[in-house]
Amino acid sequence: MKLTLKIWRQKNASDKGGFATYPVDGISTDMSFLEMLDVLNEELTEKGEDPVHFDHDCREGICGMCSLYINGNPHGPLQTTTCQLHMRSFSDGETITIEPWRAKAFPVVKDLVVNRSAFDRIIQAGGYVSVNTGGVPDANEIPIPKTIADEAFDAATCIGCGACVAACKNASAMLFTSAKISQLALLPQGKVERKTRAEKMIAQMDSEGFGACTNTGACAAECPKGISLTNIARMNREYFSAVVSSDNM
Amino acid sequence: MSWVTKTLSSTLGRKLIMALTGLFLILFLTGHVSGNLLLFKGDGGEAFNIYAKFMTTNPAVKLLSYVTYISVIGHVIYSIILTQVNKSSRPVGYATSNASKSSSAASRNMGILGTIILIFLVIHMQSFWYQMHWGEVPFVTYEGEQYKDLFSIVTFAFQNELMVAGYVVAMAFLSFHLSHGFASAFQTLGLNHKKYTPAIEVLGRIYSILVPILFASMPIYIYFTSQS
Amino acid sequence: MILDSKIPAGPLEEKWTKHKFNSKLVNPANKRKYDVIVVGTGLAGASAAASLAELGYNVKAFCFQDSPRRAHSIAAQGGINAAKNYQNDGDSIFRLFYDTIKGGDYRSREANVYRLAQVSVNIIDQCVAQGVPFAREYGGLLANRSFGGAQVSRTFYARGQTGQQLLLGAYSALSRQVANGKVKLFPRTEMMDLVMVDGHARGIVTRNLITGAVETHAAHAVLLCTGGYGNVFFLSTNAMGSNVTAAWRAHKKGALFANPCFTQIHPTCIPVSGDHQSKLTLMSESLRNDGRVWVPKTVETAEKLRKKQIKPADIKEDDRDYFLERKYPSFGNLVPRDVASRNAKYVCDEGRGVNETGEAVFLDFRDAIARDSEDTIRARYGNLFDMYQQITGENPYKTPMMIYPAVHYTMGGLWVDYNLMTNIPGLYALGEANFSDHGANRLGASALMQGLADGYFVVPYTIGDYLAQTPPKKVDESHPAFAEAVDKVKGGINQLLNIKGSKTVDHFHKRLGKIMWNECGMARTAEGLKEAKKAIKALKKEFWSDVKVLGENEELNQSLEKANRVADFIELGELMIDDALNRNESCGGHFREEYQTPEGEALRDDENYAYVAAWKFMGEDQEEELVKEPLEFENVKLTQRSYK
Repeated sequence: MKLTLKIWRQKNASDKGGFATYPVDGISTDMSFLEMLDVLNEELTEKGEDPVHFDHDCREGICGMCSLYINGNPHGPLQTTTCQLHMRSFSDGETITIEPWRAKAFPVVKDLVVNRSAFDRIIQAGGYVSVNTGGVPDANEIPIPKTIADEAFDAATCIGCGACVAACKNASAMLFTSAKISQLALLPQGKVERKTRAEKMIAQMDSEGFGACTNTGACAAECPKGISLTNIARMNREYFSAVVSSDNM
Repeated sequence: MSWVTKTLSSTLGRKLIMALTGLFLILFLTGHVSGNLLLFKGDGGEAFNIYAKFMTTNPAVKLLSYVTYISVIGHVIYSIILTQVNKSSRPVGYATSNASKSSSAASRNMGILGTIILIFLVIHMQSFWYQMHWGEVPFVTYEGEQYKDLFSIVTFAFQNELMVAGYVVAMAFLSFHLSHGFASAFQTLGLNHKKYTPAIEVLGRIYSILVPILFASMPIYIYFTSQS
Repeated sequence: MILDSKIPAGPLEEKWTKHKFNSKLVNPANKRKYDVIVVGTGLAGASAAASLAELGYNVKAFCFQDSPRRAHSIAAQGGINAAKNYQNDGDSIFRLFYDTIKGGDYRSREANVYRLAQVSVNIIDQCVAQGVPFAREYGGLLANRSFGGAQVSRTFYARGQTGQQLLLGAYSALSRQVANGKVKLFPRTEMMDLVMVDGHARGIVTRNLITGAVETHAAHAVLLCTGGYGNVFFLSTNAMGSNVTAAWRAHKKGALFANPCFTQIHPTCIPVSGDHQSKLTLMSESLRNDGRVWVPKTVETAEKLRKKQIKPADIKEDDRDYFLERKYPSFGNLVPRDVASRNAKYVCDEGRGVNETGEAVFLDFRDAIARDSEDTIRARYGNLFDMYQQITGENPYKTPMMIYPAVHYTMGGLWVDYNLMTNIPGLYALGEANFSDHGANRLGASALMQGLADGYFVVPYTIGDYLAQTPPKKVDESHPAFAEAVDKVKGGINQLLNIKGSKTVDHFHKRLGKIMWNECGMARTAEGLKEAKKAIKALKKEFWSDVKVLGENEELNQSLEKANRVADFIELGELMIDDALNRNESCGGHFREEYQTPEGEALRDDENYAYVAAWKFMGEDQEEELVKEPLEFENVKLTQRSYK
């Protein structure tokens, strides 16, 4: 395959940045999208040009590090992570535009690499059960209905890649935040702190500069793990019932 | 900040206001459209004019009308605030977009649809609501009681093709706005359940088509019936 | 040099309890005076950092990824073992201990493994309390499955994403301590060297991957939780960034490296599709429960397949060789990982491999689908089949899957004593980064168990014993050792940037990987290893004179990051070969073709090699010195494995 790549290049956070166009040739349909970029980078390096920087690590769709906005969609045309996207999803001669995630809360570090620490800070605000190591009850002490455990699991599969933010027209982090709030609100272990958790995580999410939710559903439709919009509804319930009944003034 | 102001200045709190005002306006539209069905009665506007008087004089209706005004203003103000927040959350946009893959056009353009509806609303209120309250409306007498003949104002207004066309187009925009807004309000309130959400979505779809069609059929009906 | 494993005296069952009691404690008021550095935020690192911070120590946690949640523990699929015996099927701490020792082919310490089995039960309790959504039965209790050929169902799991759920649990505990101000996080920061003061580990030198700033961090103890070194093979199931640099630089500062040649090859990976391949993807071993492994009987048929002249379905039953079922009638397709892997290699070496590269065998579900229906198979393996189809573009319900073994886990690592402390006082190694619990071969679902055991339940006790004997005075960063280490790191970076050669870092990494895979992979020979050693020496020379690293240090520079890591992999590769050459026996993941039973099974030499081979760095380009830690078995009888 022969392709034309239009890639966002930006030297560092303060650089203005712009698109550069690169032709690539000899791309096999069996290659993953990132392997195609590896090929480009090897060529660039050999020519003495700075390779394109992008985030990636596990390359098996679970670490959530890869984050490319390809032809107008986060992670490209399929509902998967960029690393699991293969070149057979593209056609010979195609021009592919690659951009970084765009959000105020995800500033560009270099080229296609963005800083997603805002997600970590949202979790730090309350995305946990406050138990220390040791001194916990036996794992089977509290039975949890299978359907509830499964629902919690579905929410917990979020990989924190940020595709939801990238897809949302408001760069909203509701799907990410709600996935964690949902998981812990469903489980008896997480119910103890549910009110404070909802209040704190949402306050943090807002202070990071993410937008609000218009319920367009783009986040869930683009989420490589299929996190559902029901989580956002549950988060809203958690939040509204928390603010009217919690002790936090 | 007290917990109330804190909540109402959070993204979720603001969305809550959007949803509650939106749902109230949906209720209002339901009432509005059912009352206005009297236009079709073919009694020369008698029932309609009696209804109009009731709506402008009954104290309970008055109270409701204030809630409606507040809802409209709240819905508009909070949509402006939220749009500001949402715009600022992505200072640098994308060069390419393929948003239609994952969301509906209506859901992405609620602000634009809403703005058009707001412009329509101003014209609409100027044409009828203002006339009814402060304008010069001829009087009619039914069974010895005087009524403002709003019906004549309405029939006169809809002699104008532009006016009719404008109303029909505005109702199309309202339909798109409602097609997303109806179910979306429930989602924002957290009312999402696999047993009921599909029903809400169907109801929303029916509502967003039926109500604007009924509204749009009024100027068309009047235009054709009063011409002939 | 004599290695003291510090195994407590007394009966096996009481060692850990007694040891905990005999360990010195740090006064609660004093804990806040101690600083601890944790490098790596996977299962071991995140759990250790969180637990130590909960105790009151000041923790600094480092990871090279943009968030601690991305550590490669997240990719573990299968599950985590624990001797809970919830299924009433005869499991016990002793049985888990016994299975682990036996599975490791008797090359691990009894005391460590027993402790691992003991604390395994606490791990599950801890994770459930954190809100980890393990699979459950309809009655609401935890579900278990049998995994990796174990005869009891002791594996806890969260669909095929157990590693993710456990890591997110540990990450949440870590995040809570970050919010409490007890852990300071340093993402996108890579450890470049260890700082030693008066023979003790007292800090590290790091490179900020965004700005390139080379900085020092001082502490009273340093924990390396940096994972394994499978990427020495270039292609492995490890993440692209997984590297040995932290452990290797500590090794060069004096920490012994134990059993480096013990690497685990996993039989069910998606085969390499071409030279562009950057990493390999593992599919759960459970596929072998229903899939049948085969290749064509003749080389001619295989050639036709490779040239796509025929399809797999065209090959008649009689022309197929179900080689595992043929050679191992009682275990069939369920033989252990190493046996399955090696046999796949043999048939491919004979020229009977089935994909374009000739390095793949079929894993066929045709018979299972005919027997149980496609829906049943879909319910069992649907997600795996989807993943396979996504990567290869082939539909495994219609045409047989192709698989090939790939490097998956490294049992070797930094030598540690019973306290998980290396031979450098104050330097600890946890999880896959140490060598301690899996011997020559790791059992399925035991890696997660070990990482969390080390971090949650072992090091919080053992580190106290060390710190109680260390004065709580702040470590002085103006000590010349810090400046020296910084200069050395900066020197190394400048050297790499100034070679300005002609070949990319990946070029060297790929060549290193080929050498290691061919000669130090699934089957090894003395002759091949000797050749490989020469080749690696030459490669190292070439690397340091011809590598091309563009850009500068003071920016995000992924080529420079890779160059640093590959430089260390090359040196480690040589040591792995030394270790494989030294170990004149076959055991677990280490198979020397000269040492096999007449049936082709691994032939251990317990008389001469029942020891841990720990290697001591003797200086640049010097041969490393072997230090032996003899292994004593008092509670298990050494037996030969047989799967006939």
